[in-house]
Amino acid sequence: MSNTDFLLAIENLTVSFDGFKAVNDVTAYIDYNELRVVIGPNGAGKTTLLDLICGKTAATGGSIRFKNRELTRLAEHRIVREGVGRKFQTPSIYENLTVYENLEVSYPSARDVIKALFFRVDEEIDARIREVAETIFLADCLDMEASLLSHGQKQWLEIGMLLIQGPELLMLDEPVAGMSVKEREQTAELLKRICKDRAVIVIEHDMEFVERIANRVTVLHQGQVLAEGPMSEIKNNAKVVEVYLGH
Amino acid sequence: MATLTQRLLGSRGDLLALLLLAAVIFLVMPLTLDIFRLNLVGKYLTYAFVAVGLVLCWGYGGILSLGQGIFFGLGGYCMAMFLKLEASDPEATAIQSTPGIPDFMDWNQLTELPWFWVPFENFAFTLIAVLVVPTVFAFLIGVAMFKRRVSGVYFAIITQSIAAILTILIIGQQGLTGGVNGITDLRTLLGWDIRTDSAKYVLYYLNGALLIGCIVIGRYILSSKVGKLLLALKDKEDRVRFSGYDVSNFKIFVFCVAAMFSAVGGAMFTLQVGFMSPSFIGIVPSIEMVIFAAVGGRMSLIGAVYGTLLVNYGKTAFSESYPELWLFLMGALFIGVVMAFPNGLAGILKSDWIRRVFVRPPLAAIDGGAAVRDASPAAKPAATASSPDDNLPRPAGAGR
Repeated sequence: MSNTDFLLAIENLTVSFDGFKAVNDVTAYIDYNELRVVIGPNGAGKTTLLDLICGKTAATGGSIRFKNRELTRLAEHRIVREGVGRKFQTPSIYENLTVYENLEVSYPSARDVIKALFFRVDEEIDARIREVAETIFLADCLDMEASLLSHGQKQWLEIGMLLIQGPELLMLDEPVAGMSVKEREQTAELLKRICKDRAVIVIEHDMEFVERIANRVTVLHQGQVLAEGPMSEIKNNAKVVEVYLGH
Repeated sequence: MATLTQRLLGSRGDLLALLLLAAVIFLVMPLTLDIFRLNLVGKYLTYAFVAVGLVLCWGYGGILSLGQGIFFGLGGYCMAMFLKLEASDPEATAIQSTPGIPDFMDWNQLTELPWFWVPFENFAFTLIAVLVVPTVFAFLIGVAMFKRRVSGVYFAIITQSIAAILTILIIGQQGLTGGVNGITDLRTLLGWDIRTDSAKYVLYYLNGALLIGCIVIGRYILSSKVGKLLLALKDKEDRVRFSGYDVSNFKIFVFCVAAMFSAVGGAMFTLQVGFMSPSFIGIVPSIEMVIFAAVGGRMSLIGAVYGTLLVNYGKTAFSESYPELWLFLMGALFIGVVMAFPNGLAGILKSDWIRRVFVRPPLAAIDGGAAVRDASPAAKPAATASSPDDNLPRPAGAGR
C-alpha cells in the first residue's frame, strides 16, 4: 500500500459474484488529466470496473486509491464528494425536472437535508449553471423539461450534471451510444475540452470514436487486463485483434 | 422577503387555490352546516393532515406508506392520555377501587398509574409528545428501512405490518391502553369542556388553521431544493446518490414530516371526536388515507384535502344506505381513480382543456426555487411546471 503519484491507482482489484470473477486481479493507474479509454468485448467487466470505482459494487479484494485515499470502503456519496463522477450507460437524468433544475440539483452544495431546505440559487450558481449549459450545447433549452430532450441531448445533460460538480475524475459509460454522427463529433469535442483539467475514463465500443479521443487505451477481456498502451500499439496487438478488434 | 412568501404560498394560482380552500373551511362549511355536521367535517379534516403528508412522502418522495395510521394514532393517543388523566381526577373516579386512575385501568385491576402515563399529566409535555413521539418512531422506521435501501412494495408491506402489530399491541394491553375500546369519555382540556358546541366551533377553526399551516409548510418543502431532490430521486435514485447525496436522509426526512402532520391530525381528531381507539391505527384506516390522497391527487397538497372530504362524504352518504356495498365501492373508486386519473381531482382540474378555458396563459415562471431564472428572457411557459401543485408527468407505479 505504497503512496503513488497517480490520481487513481487500482491494484489487484477483484470482484466475485458467486464464484464468477467479473473483474479479476486488475491493476491500472490513471494519471492526472489523462483521457483513458477502456475497451473490450461484452462481458469483459468494463462497466463492473466503473461500478467498483464509484462504489456501486463492493470489491471482493484489492484496492482503489484516489489521490491516495482508499475508496473501497467509502459510501457512494462520499466517493462522489471525494471528486469522482460517474455517468451511467443509459442517460440518467431527472425527466420531470427542467434542464435548469437538473443542473441546479446537481450543483455541489447544500447536500444535506437542512441545507437543502434553505438553499437558494444565487448569482454565482446561476452563472455556473448557464456556463455548463453552454458547454454541453443546451444553453437554449434551460427551461425545457428534460424528458423532451433528444437522446443525445440527454447524454450531454448527464455529462453536464457531472461537470457542474467539478470532479477530478469523470467516468463515462458509452457516452456516444445512440448518437448521430454530428452529435458524436460534438461529443468528441466536448470530451477533449473537459479533460483539460480533469482525468476522464471512457468506456466505448465505437473504435472510430476511440481513435479520435484516446491517449491511452486499456483492453479488458474476461475480467482481466489484456493490453494497455497508446491506440496505435493496441490496434496492432495480436491478442487484442484476436479477441476484440478482429470481428 | 418576497421570495419567502412565494415559497410558502406558491404562485398566484397556488395562492388562489389556498385562499379558496381557506374560504371553504372557514366560511362555507360553518355557514351552511349545523354543528353536528360541522363537527363531522372537522373529523374528516383531521384525516386530511395524513393525506397532505402522503402527498409529500408518496406523491413526491415515491415512498408509499400503508401505515400512516400509526402516526395518526400515536398523536391521537398522546392527546387522549392527557385528556383521560384530566377526566380521571380522584373526585370523578371516587367509586373506583383505586380512585384517580383512568376507569379502564381500574377495571383491569391496576392499582397505580403506569410509569409512561405519568408525564402526560403535564399539558406542555403532551403537546411536545404529540409531535415528537410519532416523529421519532417514524425516524426509527426510516433509518431501519431506508439506510438498508428497503423501498417500494417492501416498504409498504412493512409499514402495514407495523400498523397491524401496533393495533394488536394496543388491544392486547387493555389495562395500559384501554384495549379495543380505546380511550373514551374525554371531557375537558385544562378545565375547558370540549363537548360543548362552542368548544366544537373553536376546535374546528383551530383544526382548519393547523391544516392550512401544514399545507404551507409542505409547500415550502416542495419549493425548496428538497422538493426537487424528492422528484429527482423518485425518478433516478442512483443518479441522486452518485451526485453526492445520501439519499436515505431525504427519505427519512420526508417520512418524518408526513408522520408529524399525521400526528397533528390524530391529536385534533381526539379533541374533536372525544375519543381515540385502535380502529384508527390499523391497516384499513391506513389504506383509506392513501385512497384519500390518491382521489384528491397525490401531487397536490390542496387536492388531497378535497379528496379526503369527498371520499368521506361519500362514505357517510353511501354507508348509511348500503353499508355492505360501501367497501366495494371504495375499492372500485380507488382502482378507477388510479387507472383513469392518476393525478386525482387535481389532475383533472389541471388538465389542458380546463387550463385553456379558465386560466390565462401562464405568466413568466413564478416558482420559488428559481427566482433568478425569471429574469432571463428565455423563460418559457414550461418553466411553470416546477411549481409544487402543477400537473407533473405521472409517476410510474405506486411504489417502486
